Amino acid sequence: MTIAAGGSMSHDRGATLVMVALAVGLGLVMVAALCAGRLSLSPGTVLGIVLSRIVPVDPSWSDLQERIVLLVRLPRVLLAAICGAALAAAGAAMQGVLRNPLVSPHILGVSSGASFGGAVAILLGLSGWLLIGSAFLAGSAALLLVGAIARVDGRAGTVTVVLTGVIVAALFSALVSLTQFVAEPDSSLPAIVFWLMGSFATASWRQLAAAAPVLALALMLVLGLRFRINVLSLGEDDARALGLPVERDRWLVFLAVALMEATVVAFAGVIGWVGLVVPHAARMIAGEDHRLLIPASALLGASYLVLVDTIARTAVAAEIPLGVLTAIVGAPVFALLLRQRQRRELTA
Amino acid sequence: MIALKGAGIRRGERWIFRGLDLSLAPGRCVAVLGPNGRGKTTLIKAVTGLDKLDEGTRTAPPLVAYVPQVIAPLPYRALDVVVMARARSLGLFGTPRRADYDIARAALARIGAEAFTEQRLDRLSGGERQLVLLARALATQSPVLVLDEPASALDLANQSRLVAVLRDLRAAGEHAILFSTHLPTHALEVADEALLLMGPEDQRQGPVDAVMSESNLSALYGTPLRRRQVAIEGHGLVETIIPLH
Repeated sequence: MTIAAGGSMSHDRGATLVMVALAVGLGLVMVAALCAGRLSLSPGTVLGIVLSRIVPVDPSWSDLQERIVLLVRLPRVLLAAICGAALAAAGAAMQGVLRNPLVSPHILGVSSGASFGGAVAILLGLSGWLLIGSAFLAGSAALLLVGAIARVDGRAGTVTVVLTGVIVAALFSALVSLTQFVAEPDSSLPAIVFWLMGSFATASWRQLAAAAPVLALALMLVLGLRFRINVLSLGEDDARALGLPVERDRWLVFLAVALMEATVVAFAGVIGWVGLVVPHAARMIAGEDHRLLIPASALLGASYLVLVDTIARTAVAAEIPLGVLTAIVGAPVFALLLRQRQRRELTA
Repeated sequence: MIALKGAGIRRGERWIFRGLDLSLAPGRCVAVLGPNGRGKTTLIKAVTGLDKLDEGTRTAPPLVAYVPQVIAPLPYRALDVVVMARARSLGLFGTPRRADYDIARAALARIGAEAFTEQRLDRLSGGERQLVLLARALATQSPVLVLDEPASALDLANQSRLVAVLRDLRAAGEHAILFSTHLPTHALEVADEALLLMGPEDQRQGPVDAVMSESNLSALYGTPLRRRQVAIEGHGLVETIIPLH
């Protein structure tokens, strides 16, 4: 697959270089993440343990080390990577389709819906797969609600979709507050609050096996649509004049984004800022063309979330909630990116 | 090729135009003239299919090449904007291949805009962007080319360039061309026929020489106009239209 098919040799080479560099970066971050923790391991040991699953390697490590890498860290790192990839790709796609660099995938109200679903599940004393299912269903319901409200005569302008998303998000946020209000102050309330802050602490292979196919499918959909997203980013009239079914294409993107948002919230709680900040950082590396921007955002988002999750579980004795950390890191990084972009535009 | 029959579009109770007949064959060029707010853009959008008719019928190829008045100055490479013309034929998950880029490059070359190929759209001037849009329209390979006031943002040099490009395209005979303009001289220079939007239910259409009479034009714009031929060395007789202020 050519990534950008830029139409000129130097352009194609540049695109390949960016993708290879980001992929290598992701590999390094993942190995570092597998090494880091209460029990720190050497990269050689970690690589040996992972490789021993594929090819026979003489073990030079203890059973404990093997179990920590294979049963604890590896599923967690992989889940963080695919969630980060999904959130960042979703953000890049949304910013393109809605022609607004300030939107994040949360704008559709799906994460608020999923938060409500999860909070209700916790309130009812449900956990594990029931919690995940409840969050996912409520997140999907939020998208259906946005679609039902925004579409008039089978059409919905981008501004209407954004405003409807804001309305639906506000509604579900209020409902989340309501569940917190009626929750038990010393059992379900803290559980809801901590769950909402986001964490990969419960990651397991079974969770990964459930989340990965959905996220991979939605990622493939967004990646497949990357050239369409370029055309959609020209605006409604232009894309229609080029013969595209704009309305259908847009909702396909929204559907993929909603799948990713609902899945991530269901498995890891609300992780903000990744979908907003990472596409901007990716733009500085890969440019504005979505054919390169979306895959670049996915790789960068994966690295970013693995890195932040590693910090979350290693920085202090207790785990720092992930959503808190992505915001603490995301806000200043975003401010920095904005300033740098502004400066570049002024000097260009 | 492309035709409107008894076409009408209204906004609320008010008809923008009504009972409009228009047909266009390859190699023919029609100019739409009318003052501000008389529905030139609405008519153009009706021909492209962007605006639905409230009345009448439209016959058109599946895709009409359309040059809008403006495009947002996006940070995409001009070549990448032109190649977007291929989106429809590429399918939902397609991305342009070498053949599509060849078509895009050929379209840029055809109107003498190769120099912009690698330039970013937001670094080009309004006139240069207009040419990129024209190249994109050609790259759709639609036999119908529709332009909405293509000269409105252009300086005199770029206007001449546009007029020359449109003349070449007309002479090549592959496209049926329809354009709207505020400059009646462009209609004289480029078009075979003119369509004057006198009022919502009053359109006058015919060969430019006949329909663009002094009386018709003066009535159309509500200001006295004269049509003159001026002998210019090396150019022969040049037709022009002079407003009497």
